[in-house]
Amino acid sequence: MSVISIPAAFDQAPAVRARPASLGRDVMSIAGRALRAVPRELETVIPPIFIALFFFIVNIGTLQHLTESHLKSFDIKAFMLPTAILIGVTGVSRAGSLVLDIQDGYLDRLLLTPVSRIAILLGHMVADVAIACALTIPILVLSVILGVSIEAGLIGALVFILIAALWCLAFAGFGYAIALKTGNPAAVNSAFLLFFPFLFMTSSYVPRSQLSGWLNTIAAWNPVTYLLEGLRSLVTTGWQWDSLLKAVLAIAGVGVLSMSLCLAALRGRTRRG
Amino acid sequence: MHPTDTAIKAEGLVRRFNGTTAVDEVDLDIPRGEIYGFLGPNGAGKSTTVRVLCTLLTPSAGRAFVAGHDVADEPEQVRLRIGVALQEAALDPKQTGVQLLRLQGRLYGLSRREIDRRLGDLAQLIDIGDALDRPIGTYSGGMKRRLDVAAALVHDPEVLFLDEPTTGLDPVSRARMWEEVRRLNDELDMTIFLTTQYLEEADELADRVGIINDGRLVAEGAPATLKRAVGNDVIVARLDGTAAAAAERVERLPGVHGAEPRGDELVITADDGAATIGAVAVALNNVATVRHLTLRTPTLDDVFLELTGNRIENGQRVTDESDNNELVEVAS
Repeated sequence: MSVISIPAAFDQAPAVRARPASLGRDVMSIAGRALRAVPRELETVIPPIFIALFFFIVNIGTLQHLTESHLKSFDIKAFMLPTAILIGVTGVSRAGSLVLDIQDGYLDRLLLTPVSRIAILLGHMVADVAIACALTIPILVLSVILGVSIEAGLIGALVFILIAALWCLAFAGFGYAIALKTGNPAAVNSAFLLFFPFLFMTSSYVPRSQLSGWLNTIAAWNPVTYLLEGLRSLVTTGWQWDSLLKAVLAIAGVGVLSMSLCLAALRGRTRRG
Repeated sequence: MHPTDTAIKAEGLVRRFNGTTAVDEVDLDIPRGEIYGFLGPNGAGKSTTVRVLCTLLTPSAGRAFVAGHDVADEPEQVRLRIGVALQEAALDPKQTGVQLLRLQGRLYGLSRREIDRRLGDLAQLIDIGDALDRPIGTYSGGMKRRLDVAAALVHDPEVLFLDEPTTGLDPVSRARMWEEVRRLNDELDMTIFLTTQYLEEADELADRVGIINDGRLVAEGAPATLKRAVGNDVIVARLDGTAAAAAERVERLPGVHGAEPRGDELVITADDGAATIGAVAVALNNVATVRHLTLRTPTLDDVFLELTGNRIENGQRVTDESDNNELVEVAS
């Protein structure tokens, strides 16, 4: 049996002193770990891109003739772009990894360090935002190749990506809340299903003016409606500040709700131990 | 704040889960530089106590101080000063060993240079060679355990908690872990709070042992002192016949402290085993056939039996109330 010796450096070098890191450093440390894991977990990134592209292409193929022949100067490709992006980025979340951390006991390891509790969540979410941005770009590029022109220009395209990423962040909060509350991967995977009613009871496939009475009423209360209209305004009409403001407010509303649930779940888990 | 020569202090520490009391009025006073063995069967409350002392759980009642700071009121200060290797090695199988240690260092606020230096020190300490650059998922159980301990040491803690560090390890890895624990204590003067279900581990490593049963600390002291309290020697007789009837007979002999039947065995504690064993053999021959007679010094198992009426076997509490040994599972 080989005997392990304490290295001389342990005794000679000045001892290191643990100290609390800044919130920013903690967040970046956790986010760095989450992002490094992405190339090893492509199965979590490829499906959202595939689904977004699938819906984009199939919806255009299905609805182009019908809509463009009936609605004057209607561009189905520009109209469908935000819908496809939202379908893609809404599924992006590292909440599944958080469940694995809970199951492996790795979350306990993090909780035993002086890291700020909120930084553990924010770190994962920063990684989600980065992935959402990276996912939006190829779909945007494809749409430009297919002939969509972004009326708000290059800066408008960047704002488009930013809004999509913020939505991803706001919605991801639900997944993290479920992860922290249940520690159950199946429950986390079902979080995406929450989005479906919101996606279909809105102007995702036709303009709001074409929705029937009851659906139009529901769409008026659906935050996804304002999100879609804000994103579409950047593509089809340029800088429409009222649409953008409503989109940001819709994201903020959903974000406040999801983050409140998320923080309550985090408090509950740290209290339960 | 407690005096700086005290590493861990608990006063009436209680932790309940939904009405079940897992830790019940535990008092601890552990000086700096000591290896303290916390011994008990599965479900006795060892891990819950560690989780409270490490700030993962808040106490339901009582107070606890670690490295001079209250675990409930100043958990951040406690976390800066402790290193913890929990019962299950808490590792991310997809990270490499180096990535795990680097992240750990960053979370303790260490600079890149400090992390580099500690990485060099720890790589030698845990001695897993090039494996540090491999994903942790490819490590053996022993390597994971050693990496887990290394992660707990990144920030050079004052107090190290090791929760059942050798459970599930093969004998070679276990001996190696013992060696590491001793050296950390000897050469770095680190206070080590070690929970274990293995009696020989507590006996081998600990300066003092606390025995916990059903959430209560039932005894505390140096292993030698605890064993002396049972008696100087133990005679174990394996019998054909009822050990209970034989016990009555043996207990009356001069120099015998006590006789406990355990299935077909009779465990006799005596002041001077060598002087008593002959008389014991004669007395037993009159009531049963003696198949085997052994003289040995007491173990912590004997102490546990004396204090609780039960033994620890493979981490489980074994009661000897009937002739057939019965495993008693205790909810954690």
